[in-house]
Amino acid sequence: MNRQIRRFGAGLMVLYVLLFAQLNRLQVFGAERLVDDPNNTRPIVRDYGQRRGSISTADGVLIAFSEELDEGQFRRQRVYPEEHLYAHTTGFFSFNFGAEGLEKIYTDELAGKTTEQEFGSISDLFVDHDNTGHLITSLNHELQQTARDALGDRRGSVVAIEPSTGNVVALWSWPSYDPNLLSSIDQDTSRAAWLFHNALNPSPLIPKAYRETYFPGSTFKVVTASAALESGNVTATSPVYPVVTSYTPPLTTSGIGNFGGSSCGGDLFEAIRRSCNSAIAQMAVEEIGPDTLADVAERFGFNRKPPLDLPAVAKSNFATDYGPFNRTNTTAAGRDYDVFDNTPAFAQAAIGQFETKATPLQMAMVAATVGNGGRLMAPKLVTEIRDVDGNVIETNDDKLFDIPLGRGTAELMREAMVNVVESGTAKRLQTPGWEVGGKTGTAQLAQSIEATHAWIISFVGRPGEKSDLAIAVIIEVDPEIGQQTGGVAAAPVAKALIDKFVELQN
Amino acid sequence: MGRVRRTTELGLIVLGSVIIAGAYTLASLGRNASIPANLGPFLGIILALLVGAHVATRWLAPEADGLLLPLAALLNGIGYVFIVRLAGERNVPSDLPGLQATWTALGIAAYVGTLLLVRNSRVLDQYRYSFAVAGISLLLTPLVPGIGRQINGARIWASIGPINFQPGEFAKIALAIFFASYLVEKRELLQIATTRIGPLHIPELRHIGPLLLAWGASIVVMVAEKDLGSSLLFFALFAVMVWVATDRVAYLLTSFVLFAVGAFLAWTQFSHVQDRVDIWIDPWADASGSGFQVLQSMFAFATGGITGTGLGLGDPERIPEVETDFIFAAIGEELGLVGATAILLCYLLMIGSGLRVATRAEAPFDKLLAVGLTGLLGMQTFIIIGGVTRLVPLTGITLPFVSYGGSSLLSNYILLALLMRISDETAKRERVRAERADQPDQIAPSQMPA
Repeated sequence: MNRQIRRFGAGLMVLYVLLFAQLNRLQVFGAERLVDDPNNTRPIVRDYGQRRGSISTADGVLIAFSEELDEGQFRRQRVYPEEHLYAHTTGFFSFNFGAEGLEKIYTDELAGKTTEQEFGSISDLFVDHDNTGHLITSLNHELQQTARDALGDRRGSVVAIEPSTGNVVALWSWPSYDPNLLSSIDQDTSRAAWLFHNALNPSPLIPKAYRETYFPGSTFKVVTASAALESGNVTATSPVYPVVTSYTPPLTTSGIGNFGGSSCGGDLFEAIRRSCNSAIAQMAVEEIGPDTLADVAERFGFNRKPPLDLPAVAKSNFATDYGPFNRTNTTAAGRDYDVFDNTPAFAQAAIGQFETKATPLQMAMVAATVGNGGRLMAPKLVTEIRDVDGNVIETNDDKLFDIPLGRGTAELMREAMVNVVESGTAKRLQTPGWEVGGKTGTAQLAQSIEATHAWIISFVGRPGEKSDLAIAVIIEVDPEIGQQTGGVAAAPVAKALIDKFVELQN
Repeated sequence: MGRVRRTTELGLIVLGSVIIAGAYTLASLGRNASIPANLGPFLGIILALLVGAHVATRWLAPEADGLLLPLAALLNGIGYVFIVRLAGERNVPSDLPGLQATWTALGIAAYVGTLLLVRNSRVLDQYRYSFAVAGISLLLTPLVPGIGRQINGARIWASIGPINFQPGEFAKIALAIFFASYLVEKRELLQIATTRIGPLHIPELRHIGPLLLAWGASIVVMVAEKDLGSSLLFFALFAVMVWVATDRVAYLLTSFVLFAVGAFLAWTQFSHVQDRVDIWIDPWADASGSGFQVLQSMFAFATGGITGTGLGLGDPERIPEVETDFIFAAIGEELGLVGATAILLCYLLMIGSGLRVATRAEAPFDKLLAVGLTGLLGMQTFIIIGGVTRLVPLTGITLPFVSYGGSSLLSNYILLALLMRISDETAKRERVRAERADQPDQIAPSQMPA
């Protein structure tokens, strides 16, 4: 019988070799295919539950972190202690609906999955080392809270930037949402939150401060006036535009009226100070022209995606094509200028109407440029990434985005905007001991509708120095209120921010 | 000889206990990042249990093989660590470790009891028909109304009072004893073909009849109980034992043909067999339904890769029934190919030891029983590991010594004790013969005529 026993042994051996071969198929040669199998939710569940770094403000307030769980499918739960306040910055981190905001852009860094982070942990190969990244943003908790409180329950956005670095110090939009619900490990909660928020119009999930565009209205006159100075055809004192109630561009009979039917005119400073539609429109048509204005607008960031480190940042729009050459006209001063088929539309575009649309972020960039001597820094939120021990592993350096204005132009524009605060439409921003510039905007949605968006852009700094803070505020159209002007509705929000900023400096 | 074997055994048991305690610590570190508070008592209890088994072996089977007990203990311990690690996770009850520890203690008691009761393997031979009746009765128990219970589709449980058990686990040993005994007596008759049909030599029906009956009954019962794994195991056991006993390959081939026919008929007749085959061929067809379990098992192996995620660091609780039938997938995930292969090698070493016991045994009954018992262990392991790795269709059956389950642990410790008994007898006989050969002069003078 021994012969058969040995053969039986050999037979069993063969079966076990087959088992070993099958294990190799599953665990070595076919492992990658199985791990990537669409039916395999393990990697998703694991990624979702894995260690993830925190996000905090520049002044050390924790705005997102992962809490360890003792039971259930997931090992960790994302927590947003400030709830609505930073939702449009942190975004959410949901098993079912993916990630938004910084959670999306920096998902690898937070999870410790970048090459540098993984390479750094090779020495800890046999230790389960925590190599997550912790994001330090440039946001200031006090300013953020001030923005929220000042805006209250009105729909709108507040963006504040440090002009010299591009650091975003406040980024607030209402309506906002609580990311804790969407990020809940309880599938029913997160699904219900998703459905609820998406059913609302507008959805609070949309971070309007950088993803929604609006008619910038008169705040765009800062761009137009800058282009006028850059064109070389306009100086601080000439030309001087007639004091009228409206300006009628060539090729049309419908005029561009001044606010409330009032009369205004004068030089560039006066036109800005009074926010004079007729003078600025005429300036655009006769002195600037579509090419120069489009060029300057694009240098400010229009028609380009701002490099802010958030997902799907919207491009602001300035139309560049105003039809074929129509004829040559002559100004009152005797200088020839080109008229195009769509010059009437161009005149509207130059005062922030027609197809001109801007995000609140874009308008903050415009204010920051003027406040920073004409140099536009790339806006950014994350300033550095630290490891679990607090060592800085990555620094997000300040980057120049563009130089929209020459030094001389910037200086004149700065003066023009300071005038607006001292004696123009933005007097509410006056802050003793500080040099504050501003420009209001009251953007009509259509000629026939009285309701308006209220805008204000502003910069604040010590007298004679580059600005320390640039602000854009929009309060969206409210049918119940009807007409609301930037100077009345939006200025107090910017003023609250300026006061808080000044308070923080002392 | 015996002393060397026992010293080896003790050394290996201590080594095994250290490995188990180490794994226990790692699993706790992996799950809670803390060293278990009861590590000392844990190690103490393992050592006490295993050293107890060792001392009993020293007393009751001093010259038995020294590898089998430590290997079984190691597998049992690794299984226990995984049960502790899985307990309390989603879908896994948290009281399993306590129960499994109790069953382990009872298993070792059964091991000692078997050695105590079966002082000589011939006793088993004498009660051949009792074992046949016991085996068949045990198999039938789950079908008895009021006693049998159906859990997860298979009617393999019996409840008598507060005790639930799987009689099939014990029936397999009883039937192995019966087969061994019967085949040894009839093997010469079975070797003689009285009828020829083509290439097949068929012995007289009255000799093969009882075997066919026992086998047929077990197959029928298995089909009725929907326990395909056990059915396959019995079939293979029967085929191998007849073949080893008679050295007629025709029996093996006939068995395969019978199996193929039986499998085909079962496949056409029973939806649960069709399901198993369909899942095996394409688990993706119903990935979130019928194919879910085996796919989760495959994903677990793939996640583990070569070195595994580490003890306590994987997600094996995602596999339904991971603590019993699918425990090998948890091992594959957390210990990787390396750990899974180590477990395979443990079984191969046990098979090797068992078959060595078989080849050395003198009595044909001992030989055949050792083959049968080793075959049960080796084939059961193959069936379940092949099932969870999708090498063969999945049939629910426990992984010997590793899976959670009282009946399985108890029966496998009894199986182990029987192998140890045969090994001890063989070694004793060899020693006595060697001593006789060494001392012919001392014996000779007294026998010489004065």
